[in-house]
Amino acid sequence: MLRSFPKGGVHPPENKFSAGSKITVLDLPKTINVPLSQHLGVPAAAQVKRGDLVKTGQLIAEHKGFVSGNIHSPVTGKVVKLDKSLDSSGYKRNSITIEAEADKWMDEIDTNSSLIKEFTYTGKEIIDKTLAGGIVGMGGATFPTHVKMSVPRGKKAEVVILNGVECEPYLTSDHRLMLEKGEEILVGLRLIMKALNVTKGIIGIENNKPDALSKLTQIASQYPEISVIPLKVKYPQGGEKQLIKALTGREVPSGGLPIDVGAVVQNVGTAFAVYEAVQKNKPLIERVVTVTGKGVKQPSNFLVRIGTPVNQLIEAAGGIPEGTGKIINGGPMMGKALNSVDVPVMKGTSGILLIPEGESQREAVDPCIRCAKCISVCPMGLEPYLLMTLTEKAMFDRAENERTMDCIECGSCSYICPANRPLLDYIRLGKFRVGQIIRSRK
Amino acid sequence: MNSILLYTIISLSTLGLVAAIILYFVAQKFKVFEDPKIDLVEESLPSANCGGCGFPGCRNFAEACVKADSLADLYCPVGGNETMANVAGILGLEAVEADPQVAVIRCSGSFEHRPRTNTYDGAQNCTIVHNLYTGDTDCPYGCLGLGECVDACDFDAMYMDEKTGLPVIIDDNCVACGACVEACPRDIIELRKRNKKDRKIFVSCVNEDKGGIAKRYCSVTCTGCTKCFKVCPFDAITMNNNLAFIDSEKCKLCRKCVVECPTNAIHEINFPPRRVKEEAKVETKTSSTEQISTKKTDN
Repeated sequence: MLRSFPKGGVHPPENKFSAGSKITVLDLPKTINVPLSQHLGVPAAAQVKRGDLVKTGQLIAEHKGFVSGNIHSPVTGKVVKLDKSLDSSGYKRNSITIEAEADKWMDEIDTNSSLIKEFTYTGKEIIDKTLAGGIVGMGGATFPTHVKMSVPRGKKAEVVILNGVECEPYLTSDHRLMLEKGEEILVGLRLIMKALNVTKGIIGIENNKPDALSKLTQIASQYPEISVIPLKVKYPQGGEKQLIKALTGREVPSGGLPIDVGAVVQNVGTAFAVYEAVQKNKPLIERVVTVTGKGVKQPSNFLVRIGTPVNQLIEAAGGIPEGTGKIINGGPMMGKALNSVDVPVMKGTSGILLIPEGESQREAVDPCIRCAKCISVCPMGLEPYLLMTLTEKAMFDRAENERTMDCIECGSCSYICPANRPLLDYIRLGKFRVGQIIRSRK
Repeated sequence: MNSILLYTIISLSTLGLVAAIILYFVAQKFKVFEDPKIDLVEESLPSANCGGCGFPGCRNFAEACVKADSLADLYCPVGGNETMANVAGILGLEAVEADPQVAVIRCSGSFEHRPRTNTYDGAQNCTIVHNLYTGDTDCPYGCLGLGECVDACDFDAMYMDEKTGLPVIIDDNCVACGACVEACPRDIIELRKRNKKDRKIFVSCVNEDKGGIAKRYCSVTCTGCTKCFKVCPFDAITMNNNLAFIDSEKCKLCRKCVVECPTNAIHEINFPPRRVKEEAKVETKTSSTEQISTKKTDN
């Protein structure tokens, strides 16, 4: 019996079309648009002026405060604009536009692809290098990694969990990364373990990726402190609370953080980025992005520079197929539809998904029939139908008591609802309102 | 037989008497003194419980009025000056007069003027859309057209116009309680001074983008050209972030700015027809309100 989290979950069709295609390096784009807010927390502050010449890997925006991240130039070229530009939601956000001229890397960056396994850094040095490299969680939530590496006083980390689950249908960027950069990921994990002063590492991989499982198990056999555990395929196993429960049996308390049960969860992509930042001095300026979808000619995994327009990725995968109804940034369950294909790839962009017209529309909404399917699939043990009703009726006090803030927004309830009710939409609204109320209390 | 009846009556009466005595003393002991003025004030209020005064209901407002030393910060927009004079009379305080207000919708991006660029089929709630993205048009400031303001209105003073996709305010019913202003996630609705005959002049746009960009997605946007600002003889117009704003306190309803506006973003409502001048550029003006009694006529 394979391990998994016990409560709820769904199993949507996996549709991992791009699992077999190797990571290919995409050509440098001509202009690159780097938003200043690519992470959770305070946006970075620009350090360059219009007309400045920047090198690849040069710091162009510095973190502001602790929960924030550095941003580096993904290309060599000239800063042409420091202004607001459209982000994936259609709103304007501050960003830096750079016209690419060449690809000359900063001198201290080791561009050699050879593997460096050994390290002598102290934990503090590793955290500093992670902060300097602007590393954020690559799974999509983009939480600054150095914050996760710094354990708050009074808490103790006991285990580092590496998230190789990739439970979102369609996406394969983590899968490919594990196959092609397995050794580096393991070094990254050891670096994270060193930074947190932890002696136990677990890598969780769903068993729909047998090749990645056997590859990482084989590499991990060098390190007795690291184990690789296969998991039953179930969405949302990649949610950190679900993954901790599946791998260690510990349950993060309501309103708590993984560190409350001694666990720190990092994505495999983050581990790779930490490896590059620490061992190669290479900041986070490129990432693997899956471009896929049912009509897409060549579903692919690209290694692209941050700031590359999404359009270029889609072109490289064979262009937008006829009858595309929606283009999604991320996976089909948690991703968000894009308003325009001119928006840039960001640190948290794990995939671009093209959905054909027939599947992109929502069905007509019917009244709730109290079938309780949403309750049975909720991995957090909430009652989504109730949270939606409470939000609709503006009963936010009760919504707070019903733990609406514990919702991880995985969308399992909306996926399963036979009446097609927009459960998650309303729960998000409820979280927004309850959040406002909680903040106003302080 | 008779004795059973007698005992029953006697025992029950005694029980009732004892209970009454206990209850009397308990009522004395736990008596809550309430100022009788509160009831009087509450009776004089409109009992709409709309929250327009800033209190959860009329009763709470009445309590606040009775407690207060002056009525300076307390005003019932629904009852208006008359009600407040009554309240002041009851309490022996001085009534503070305020100008009656009315809500206006500061967006005229109808289907015709602001093309829809994508389809939104999620939850029909403005705040949800606003938190998610710019909406089904490219304007990040304009009305989302899902009617959260209409739902918030307790006075039947609003409805959605299906032809334009914008909400409409029925001036006669609007009591300026501010519920719609609160409900709108994009701060489009504004409470303005109610003028004679419900005449209104206002910039029907809240777009802060530069003119050239705004024009791309809406043909009736305020471009921030400052023409109205320059022509206003009363300094009622201010320019901020590429957007003109007419101060309803200073505006004398001279209508000079309306003619000047190149995008018809300034609306005049409930005015008599203009006398046609020779070179006056006149175009038919469409407005968010269907109730416009007058429009400039094409000639």
